[in-house]
Amino acid sequence: MSKTRDFSEVNQNVEKVDGMALACGQDKYVADFETGDELHLKILRSPHAHARIKNIDASEAEAMDGVAAVLTHEDVPRVAQTTAGQGYPEPSPYDSFMLPRKVRFVGDRVAAVAAESEALAEAALEKIEVDYEVLEPVLDPRDSMKEDAPVIHDEDDCHTVIPIPFEPERNLASSVEFEHGDLEEELEKCDVVVENEYEAQYAHHCPVEPHICIVRKDPHGRLVITTSTQVPFHVRRIVAERLEMPEKKIRVIKPRIGGGFGGKQEVLIEDITAAMVLETGRPVKFEFNRREEFASSRTRNHEILDMAVGADTDGRIQAIKMHILMNTGAYGSHCLTIVCNSGSKVLPLYNKANAISFKGTVVYTNLPSGGAYRGYGATQGYFAIESLLDELAEELDMDPVELRKINHIREGETSPVFAALGEGKEGVEQTIESCGLEECIEQGKEAFGWDEREKRRETGDKTKKRGFGMCTLMQGSSIPEIDMAAASIKMNEDGSFNLHMGATDLGTGSDTVLSQIAAETLAVPTDDIIPYSSDTDMTPFDVGAYASSTTYLSGRAVKKCASNVRDQILERGAKMLECDVDDVELGYKEVAGPDGETVSFSEIAVHSLYEADQRQIAAHESSISHKSPPPFSAHFAEVEVDTETGKAEVLRYVNATDCGTAIHPRLAEGQCEGAVLNGISYALTEEFQFSSKGKLVNASFDSYNVYKMTDLPDMETILVPTYENTGPYGAKSVSEIGINGPLPAISNAIYDAVGVRMRTGPFTPDRILEALEE
Amino acid sequence: MQIELEINGERDTYEVAPATRLIDLLRREGFQEVKKGCDEGHCGSCTVLLDGMPVLSCVMFAAQADDQSITTIEGIGTIDDPHILQREFVDKGAVQCGFCVPGMILSAKALLEENPSPEEDEIKRGLDGNYCRCTGYVKQIEAVQSAAKKMRGDA
Repeated sequence: MSKTRDFSEVNQNVEKVDGMALACGQDKYVADFETGDELHLKILRSPHAHARIKNIDASEAEAMDGVAAVLTHEDVPRVAQTTAGQGYPEPSPYDSFMLPRKVRFVGDRVAAVAAESEALAEAALEKIEVDYEVLEPVLDPRDSMKEDAPVIHDEDDCHTVIPIPFEPERNLASSVEFEHGDLEEELEKCDVVVENEYEAQYAHHCPVEPHICIVRKDPHGRLVITTSTQVPFHVRRIVAERLEMPEKKIRVIKPRIGGGFGGKQEVLIEDITAAMVLETGRPVKFEFNRREEFASSRTRNHEILDMAVGADTDGRIQAIKMHILMNTGAYGSHCLTIVCNSGSKVLPLYNKANAISFKGTVVYTNLPSGGAYRGYGATQGYFAIESLLDELAEELDMDPVELRKINHIREGETSPVFAALGEGKEGVEQTIESCGLEECIEQGKEAFGWDEREKRRETGDKTKKRGFGMCTLMQGSSIPEIDMAAASIKMNEDGSFNLHMGATDLGTGSDTVLSQIAAETLAVPTDDIIPYSSDTDMTPFDVGAYASSTTYLSGRAVKKCASNVRDQILERGAKMLECDVDDVELGYKEVAGPDGETVSFSEIAVHSLYEADQRQIAAHESSISHKSPPPFSAHFAEVEVDTETGKAEVLRYVNATDCGTAIHPRLAEGQCEGAVLNGISYALTEEFQFSSKGKLVNASFDSYNVYKMTDLPDMETILVPTYENTGPYGAKSVSEIGINGPLPAISNAIYDAVGVRMRTGPFTPDRILEALEE
Repeated sequence: MQIELEINGERDTYEVAPATRLIDLLRREGFQEVKKGCDEGHCGSCTVLLDGMPVLSCVMFAAQADDQSITTIEGIGTIDDPHILQREFVDKGAVQCGFCVPGMILSAKALLEENPSPEEDEIKRGLDGNYCRCTGYVKQIEAVQSAAKKMRGDA
């Protein structure tokens, strides 16, 4: 199939539609909508990992000058819910409340104060007297299901809304199992079997803009929620449920967003802020401070993966075991779907195995909650399998690249995992229609100099050892038969178009990419498209920015909508040219008749609006997908380990990625680069450190390291074009896949350098030194 | 107390409390292009130029800026007439969510004024205090290199 097409607007680096306004500091984020009349909301956070609130006395706080209101669990509706912004009904347990009677981690909500200033609100928090019955916490997921473990969700109103495994009395938040073939039997037959346990750690998204919202009542008494979210429509629905009011009373607006990475696929601030507006009648602003961002938002789920892979002497993988214990922390937000994705986005890559045993056990602990984070379980799954494949390659005495090449999925092939593992239910069968992984491996290898790597091994310093590692990856593009995106387009007098879509640009550039898709379809420059997105009153529905869905799924909706508008333009053009619609052609901003006569888009628009048989040229379309076509990628890392200090440094990192047609190649590269650096930072430094009582002790950029500019290695991104027939102009997703590679690629490179397997992240100097000493 | 500041070329007096931070004064006075990220002096989003030198406005009292000049991102270019750095950041794909960009461009401007031909390592060191979680920094370094070249008149 053709891999390059002739495009004029897509596959081009057009100017990002909001780029210059952002570079000039002109476009607005939530905080920029502050007008000065807002009350400031602050939350009293639990100091205990596990405790029952026996009594709260807020009278002294309420009496303070400048304090407008204090809310405790006695003042707000008690509605069990999930904070996860997912399709409804959600496959996450309904185990959280606006204000709980029982706190389940250090940093959980206890009470809320609204005051005239942040300082006053903070002072008022200190005046709230809380009497706790402190309970024994569960701080290790390995202990959660022990007989005598304290029960974290022991209130009887927590429940699920769809039939998913949920046994809170055993601290089991959810579970999933999938067996294909007979694992033991197949392993028995294998010539080589490797097995090991891997552990992927807690981490935080660290968007530079924290969670923030401003809620006010409009003159009609409706709540207008301006918020930094990836899921405006889920925010509306969840807030409506929590406040027991209809959706018609709520409007959610998402302005520019300062990054999300999954952390803002969660309703963590809007419900309590809206409740405070109802309580006080005043506009209210709530912004997380950095400690809350770390300790009280959501995290990368901590997973312990028990793995085995068996192969024949030729390296053909026959059996894979992946048994996961996942720690969801205090609440089960996204928990089942994340553990499912650890398998469903990973196991199909090696689709020729005769036996697969996949188990996910998700347990509660009294630690911060997991949730959506770029990669969504696949990051943890790839760490385990791609590291284990390196061990297998070593056993087989085989080049790790060759091992991948003979085993990975190809065009026209499928995997039983697709049909088995879905999002809280069975999945959707699919055949791979585009796969550029072979090319990714070849081009990545070439750019990295994989075959010549031995020449670079010598460092000239006895204490510094150099090593080389690689891995291969896939992800998905949207959640098939669940996610829905919609768009509407109308035509203006000058031949420009308003494009309204629910899709949520959280900094990724989706407003630009989707405008390009509309422009390509309508044969106009992207500049003639005026995008407006993510406003529940003004734009169509979209599930939001997650599951690598926007370019693919929202792009399909936009293309369908633009095609509909294009047909209306052709019809009106034919009428004006007095010929049959089959005889006209779409030209650049015009319609041409059979004799070379043309009418411009502007003339067509004016005709449709004012001149004859008036009818607005406009359309509304929506899209769901029956597939989730995976992007593919090959990653290569060159690492130097200082054997005296234990420090591992990435010198060079190459990723070659197949995202189908890159609608905006530069933005697509930027997605790869950002994801990869986040992954490198996760592999080498990012982790949560807890006190013996379960308190997060490094909840600051001071002690939680994220990679800065000086930490950037020599990085190369190669986009490998394929054409995905089900995607808009051949596009697949690109945003998440890149974060999955660094943990295994770097772990493999460290082993190649110094001969120690790093099976627990992050690979800090202490851990590496310890491993070297063993 | 009253202080006098020249902000983006306009001199004015401002009423502040001794503990008012520079970022709070600036945002209160409508300079909302100064972004509050971590609010504890680490992320660099609140960077402004104080007499041409980058400072973190979230860990500085407004009074410490008395009688000095402050430049925010609005002070160096507009959408219709952008600074070369702003143009290059957009063209090179260095703007994703954009939240870090005002601070990062101001750090870059200060760097290029001191060193018009920085090596890649010098750019990295000069902009190390400006966190970006979106881009992986690759395109931002490219934008600064390209802007430096254009500002020198080499391109």
